[in-house]
Amino acid sequence: MTAQAPDPVTRQPYLLQLERLQRPAIGPVTLDVAAGECVCISGPSGTGKSQLLRAIADLDPHDGEVRLSGHAAAAITPPEWRRQVGLLPPESSWWLPRVPDHFHSGAPLPLAEVGLTEAILEQPVARLSSGEKQRLALLRLLANQPRVLLLDEPTANLDPENTRRVEAMIAAYRESREAAVIWVSHDREQAARVCERHYAVVDGALQLQAVESPA
Amino acid sequence: MIILSVADLAIAATLVLLLALLSLRMHPDLGRQLVFAALRTAIQLSLIGLVLKVLFENASLLWVTLMASVMLLIAGREVMVRQERRFRGWWGYAVGTFSMFVSSFVVTIFALTVILGDDPWYTPQYAIPLLGMLLGNTMNGISIAMDRLTQTAWEQARTIEARLMLGERADEAIADIRRQAIRSGMIPIINAMAAAGVISLPGMMTGQILAGAAPLDAVKYQILIMFLIAAGTGLGTLAAIAVGSRHLFDARQRLCLDRLR
Repeated sequence: MTAQAPDPVTRQPYLLQLERLQRPAIGPVTLDVAAGECVCISGPSGTGKSQLLRAIADLDPHDGEVRLSGHAAAAITPPEWRRQVGLLPPESSWWLPRVPDHFHSGAPLPLAEVGLTEAILEQPVARLSSGEKQRLALLRLLANQPRVLLLDEPTANLDPENTRRVEAMIAAYRESREAAVIWVSHDREQAARVCERHYAVVDGALQLQAVESPA
Repeated sequence: MIILSVADLAIAATLVLLLALLSLRMHPDLGRQLVFAALRTAIQLSLIGLVLKVLFENASLLWVTLMASVMLLIAGREVMVRQERRFRGWWGYAVGTFSMFVSSFVVTIFALTVILGDDPWYTPQYAIPLLGMLLGNTMNGISIAMDRLTQTAWEQARTIEARLMLGERADEAIADIRRQAIRSGMIPIINAMAAAGVISLPGMMTGQILAGAAPLDAVKYQILIMFLIAAGTGLGTLAAIAVGSRHLFDARQRLCLDRLR
């Protein structure tokens, strides 16, 4: 079913494969991400990074193909695909009055790991800060247990301490669940901290960057 | 019934002219619009009176169907232009016209055959006014509901997509908006039924009483009409919102705002 070479280590198809994926501002992009691997994408605003993530989550029509464990998106129902290929948008949306209403299961949330307390669950969503909402949106996404995380500036509204906490939580999730991560970030230092491969968008194409070793 | 003469109407027309003269001083354009609208009323109603006269004298199914189709197509256009963000292309026209056809025609034919049972069932004296009242009211309900659906979907696109991203189906992601749209389409007829006879005397009933019908007979007709309108508006609104909310998404359950203008 897959035209691309399998992962040389596992002999299985890569967990996430993009093949000539194309949107107006970006592409064609061909990229393999292995289970448990994190790839960073950076570049100025308007270069199509968000468009790329939206196409992978199948939210916009696109040319090219995306595969999960060798299965094309077309073979999987859209809701199931989006649960497995979870996109965290730069701005979170909340449509019910309280935070817990947005979580389907009543399982306890690891609030402390992202620097929040239980008290936040009692507050109306309208009173939360954008940084609080961003961290809660990450917990909401992870509650679906996606196999692929598409993170669009997940720490944009956070102070350095909470940025570290979010990075640690994503790293722990990636390791424990063997998830593939595509992380869009403007911050080169963050890219060096969190990912194995770092690409910059240049003229609509992904260009591999040298990963600076963390200081 | 007291038959009106042209002179009677001319006397009533002087009231409109007086009002137009009065408003000329405050708002020159308003006076002109008032006279123009009054002229349109006189001409349009005279024409439809002639059409109905001919139709009543030639009560054939063909002519009644033709008349009903013309009324439907005009009402369909009205539903379309009343929506600020309607669907692009022929969809913008088809959604409203299709749902009005489904609701108004079904309810009218049901009332004509099962309830009134005249012979023939399409007797224009009953068929055309009934259909007219149903079209006029379902038109309101459908255009309000569709306007609400498309407008809200446009404004809350981010929320709808956030719900899709979390693995909700398209119909779950739009469910709240669909509910609000249906409600806003149904509210006018619910209010009209609640206010009937207390705050307002419905026009049809008043007309029958003026024409010499016994008040209780006129009331029975009005109740029938209210129920038919409620059923027609409800059916039409449900149909329009069901079709419209589905057409906001494509086969891969992506929100397609580019289908709106």
